[in-house]
Amino acid sequence: MMHENITLAHGGGGRLSRQLTEELFLPILGNRYLLQLNDSAVVEPGEGAAAFTTDAFVVDPVFFPGGDIGRLAVCGTVNDLAVMGALPRYLSAAFILEEGYPLADLRRIVRSMKDTADEAEVTIVTGDTKVVPRGAADSIFITTAGIGYMNPGMPVSAGRAHPGDAVIISGPVGRHGMAIMTSREGLGFSSTIESDVAPLNRLTAAMLEVTGDIHVMRDATRGGLATVLNEIASQAACDIILEERSVPVTEAVRGACELLGFDPLYVANEGVLVACAAADAAGALLEAMRGQTYGTEAVIAGRVGNSGSGRVVLETEMGSRRVLDMLSGEQLPRIC
Amino acid sequence: MKYIDEFRSGKAAGRLKEEIAAAAAGRPMTFMEVCGTHTMSIARNGIREMLPAGMRLISGPGCPVCVTPNGTIDHAVALARHPGIIIATFGDMVKVPGSTSSLGQERAAGRSVRVVASTLDALELARNNPEMQVVFIGVGFETTAPTIAASIITAEQENLNNYSVLSAHKVVPPAMELLCRGRVAIDGFLCPGHVSAVIGSSPYRPIAEEHGIACVIGGFEGLDILQSIAMLARQVAGGDSRVEIQYRRVVRPEGNPAAVALMEKVFRPVDSVWRGIGMITASGLVMRDAYRRYDAAVRFPVTVEETKEAAGCICGSVLQGISDPRECPLFGDGCLPETPVGPCMVSSEGACAAAFRYRVSRRADIGQMHDA
Repeated sequence: MMHENITLAHGGGGRLSRQLTEELFLPILGNRYLLQLNDSAVVEPGEGAAAFTTDAFVVDPVFFPGGDIGRLAVCGTVNDLAVMGALPRYLSAAFILEEGYPLADLRRIVRSMKDTADEAEVTIVTGDTKVVPRGAADSIFITTAGIGYMNPGMPVSAGRAHPGDAVIISGPVGRHGMAIMTSREGLGFSSTIESDVAPLNRLTAAMLEVTGDIHVMRDATRGGLATVLNEIASQAACDIILEERSVPVTEAVRGACELLGFDPLYVANEGVLVACAAADAAGALLEAMRGQTYGTEAVIAGRVGNSGSGRVVLETEMGSRRVLDMLSGEQLPRIC
Repeated sequence: MKYIDEFRSGKAAGRLKEEIAAAAAGRPMTFMEVCGTHTMSIARNGIREMLPAGMRLISGPGCPVCVTPNGTIDHAVALARHPGIIIATFGDMVKVPGSTSSLGQERAAGRSVRVVASTLDALELARNNPEMQVVFIGVGFETTAPTIAASIITAEQENLNNYSVLSAHKVVPPAMELLCRGRVAIDGFLCPGHVSAVIGSSPYRPIAEEHGIACVIGGFEGLDILQSIAMLARQVAGGDSRVEIQYRRVVRPEGNPAAVALMEKVFRPVDSVWRGIGMITASGLVMRDAYRRYDAAVRFPVTVEETKEAAGCICGSVLQGISDPRECPLFGDGCLPETPVGPCMVSSEGACAAAFRYRVSRRADIGQMHDA
């Protein structure tokens, strides 16, 4: 018989810890690696080099329109691997739980992780749980790490953006950040904005399949599209020209941003990537992206220039041009 | 959202750009936007680069956070350190540095400082914490003052005895009149849209009629601003200064009499110190005697530290339109949005923050952007 809430003993390594593993984690996540129940999971090697990444998740609220911390924790790590051109395979998951956290919510989160891992075709092969006294952490924090294997001969990195490249955005921007903002207490928005949180590895695989001329892929997470474009421009020492009117923004996100004083170009995404690819490959690439679940609204929204300035220039809807700087000042706290 | 797109149409912007150039006919003109929201919109929409050569837009003292002097921040800090007090404030104030501390630093040190979105939240905080005293830091212009007046009246009606306000409110027209006599020759004011929605157009009449400076009350979208500038340029070219309203969908000539009545019921004008400008006659608001018990400055006699100004910061001169933010030696170097020295960089609507965020990515670009 399980307790209804997490107690300190659930993280103590004793009987209750074991019960939590056997009655909650294993029935949901169970796979041949996890069921080894050893101190490490032993996984198969891949053909190319291993890509390895980790990310921590503290999003508030834990459940938000379009997703939850579990789906986010899987997608965040999967996407970091995918945009490197790697094929994500194995994930670890560590949970920090606040004493008193409802077991029903934990179960819902772990199920969501399993569903998302299945969708992304990755396996959660190892994990850990710690419980801290009430007040020492806020409800639940998750850290995931992931291993993927590189596709040999497909170098993708921010420094490879090249003058003349088309800048492609995989979908409408600003949804995750505004989903979190508008679901927080007290704002009382009548229409819900759903987060875009999604695993992008099928999209990236389809992209890499259609052309070898993708120079850069990045997921536009914290700091939003503007910040990622600045990172690309500065790493490649080139300039990027972004057309404001071509950047997809849903009406709901645009309206909420106007109301709350945000610029959608700086708002976080969890299922949108930016790619720089040779202009003559862009048409085929766009078509391949639009055939994928998370790329149906992909567009070309800019180009890489040849000034070498390392700057991003925005062509505004009004027809003027200005520098689009990196996000500076305060970010939204606990967005992911 | 069609409603927004209509105000950013490139085609209409192109037509207005031509109208402005035609009206100015090569004559140099300097316009000051008084509101921080205008400052941000001008930068965000790249309006400056659409104007003819010789036409300058300068930012004025229109961001309430920016014009709040160090002494007020220090007073708020002293209250935060007073046992039993919860400070309720708008978010922008938290990071503004005072003489030696800020509300953010006090919060990090364990004092109760809560960010609220409106006075309704501050009242709720007071209701939910009857054993504590909630002090709202009242910073703002005529746009926010009526809502704070309303909160005081609500507290009175509910017999809520643990709510009070540190009133640092300011009113805009006296500061504009002072700028008319200042060092910068201003041809026209882009008057604040939201403030004017409350006070109407008549308070600007002395500026237009006695000082001969064009006044247009403008909205905040890109096209609103271009159209307002066209109206200002036509007034200046025609030598005929008056108060016009471009932002007709929101501002009425008589303003919002109910809001003004509320403000006047609770507050009375008082001489007030503006950062960088100094004391301006009848430019602040203090609670009338009938509401003095809601004045935190009266209710909690705290000792406020001696005021110190940050060395090298030229916010004062930026606020008067004398200096461009990029002329400050600290701009983009010691003073950044992450580590602001002066309030114009802290506030999301400050002139320095706007200049930093939307114009220049590195100091090395400044010359180039200036010339462009």
